[in-house]
Amino acid sequence: MSDVSEFPYLPLEDAISAPFWEGTRNRRLLIQWCTQCHSFQWYPRAICISCAGDCLEWRSASGNATINSWTRVHRSPAEGFVPQYVIARVLLDENVLMLTRLVGEFADNPTCDAKVTVKWQELSDGRALPVFG
Amino acid sequence: MRTPVIVGAAECDLGITNKSILHLQAQAVSRALEDAGLKIGDIDGLATNGISRFSATQLADYLGIAPAFTDSTFAGGSSFEMYVARAFHAVASGQCNVVVISFASNQRSAKSRSLGGVVEHHTPEAQFETPFGPLFPLSYYAMAAQRYLFDVVGAREALDEIAMSAREWALLNPKAYRFGAGSLTNSDLASSEMISSPLRSSDCCLVTDGGGAIVITSSDRAKDLKKRPVAILGFGESTTNSSMTTHKNLRVTGAKQSGDRAFAMAGVDRSDIDVVEVYDSFTITSLLSLEGLGFAEIGQGADFVLDRKTRPGGSFPLNTNGGGLSYCHPGQYGILLLVEAVRQLRGECGSRQVANAELALAHGTGGILSTNATVILGAA
Repeated sequence: MSDVSEFPYLPLEDAISAPFWEGTRNRRLLIQWCTQCHSFQWYPRAICISCAGDCLEWRSASGNATINSWTRVHRSPAEGFVPQYVIARVLLDENVLMLTRLVGEFADNPTCDAKVTVKWQELSDGRALPVFG
Repeated sequence: MRTPVIVGAAECDLGITNKSILHLQAQAVSRALEDAGLKIGDIDGLATNGISRFSATQLADYLGIAPAFTDSTFAGGSSFEMYVARAFHAVASGQCNVVVISFASNQRSAKSRSLGGVVEHHTPEAQFETPFGPLFPLSYYAMAAQRYLFDVVGAREALDEIAMSAREWALLNPKAYRFGAGSLTNSDLASSEMISSPLRSSDCCLVTDGGGAIVITSSDRAKDLKKRPVAILGFGESTTNSSMTTHKNLRVTGAKQSGDRAFAMAGVDRSDIDVVEVYDSFTITSLLSLEGLGFAEIGQGADFVLDRKTRPGGSFPLNTNGGGLSYCHPGQYGILLLVEAVRQLRGECGSRQVANAELALAHGTGGILSTNATVILGAA
């Protein structure tokens, strides 16, 4: 994994997203599951976007995903980010899309539709970002 | 019900101006009014954004007017096509009589553009996307392009052709930033710097100052004005996503719904359109918009442009001012799509004029393919 200093943006969590970020401290990838209509959703919300209910709980995702698309970033978006690195949209097996970074061999040779699994990139405050490779 | 029409159109200074936003706004508004044969006191409706939090209020104050209708819908570059719809309803219903839609930016002079975009820390995007370090909005368009290149043979050449075609049009437009820069060559493309793969600097719009304004009033009021009015035949819009992960299919944008709605209202066929102005924030944006709007089938846009039909003299005149890629891109380009469409329908475009242009389409895109809005205009 890269040095924590190369991930300078620390996300501001809220009451809805706090369980997700707490899960990352234990390297658990949690996503919301609606107990009423039985669907996953990402990103976390106060409402189910399938049935408009609020019967949402957290479930561990399998961590398996497919690369939907990717891009190698050659310029820095803000101070502290260190290009080059690869951003990707991955489709989790739970049928939700996440934005992430690719790591390892997939960062060297990314390709659409490749299968990847979750890894963790530590942040400077002990939380972690789900990255894939 | 009254019939709203467009009676004025103008640009403010473009390029690198060293002027303030409101200075450029004042230019755009007064030039569009002059073009129409109206005075500032005639304005009773105002639609604009990008000045401050209270953009329309700010501009009304600056112009010294107290309008009966304002709109500051903030949806990125497609806002101005949306304003046409809002202004249409306001004039048709009698809420007001003369609406000015305007925009100006001094982003180049003021060095106010950041590759990372504007991060709003309280949004889900800031929690779940910003930490990974995407360029914003560039990296999203790059992922759309990457998927397109993975799925469609010949797409890299098609993206290059869109950039080259825009440049050829710009060479015919003295106001274009790249006027006089010469054709875009294969060696220019090959040496163009990669920014967020597969998009190189040649795939990306300019960063310039600029803007413009159009004036909408009723057909009755238009009768004693200076220019032949332009008819507003149809409009449609679609808002699909704010997050980078909401919209499932990167290759099919809201242009489809937006275009379908506009064509249904106008009651014209795709093949009837004489000149097309689509928002080319990036080369991929043009390609996806042409497909979404139904000018090419989904996945056939690459083949569609590769025979060079979008260049000057071709059968499908596209982005006839040189577009955001080679003419002007002041951050939100949507107003300039409308200015060019109006001028083409009036036959005012000199060496880049499309012969016998009677129907024009302007299509704006905002954010990260987030908002789409289409306007179909007709020569009166």
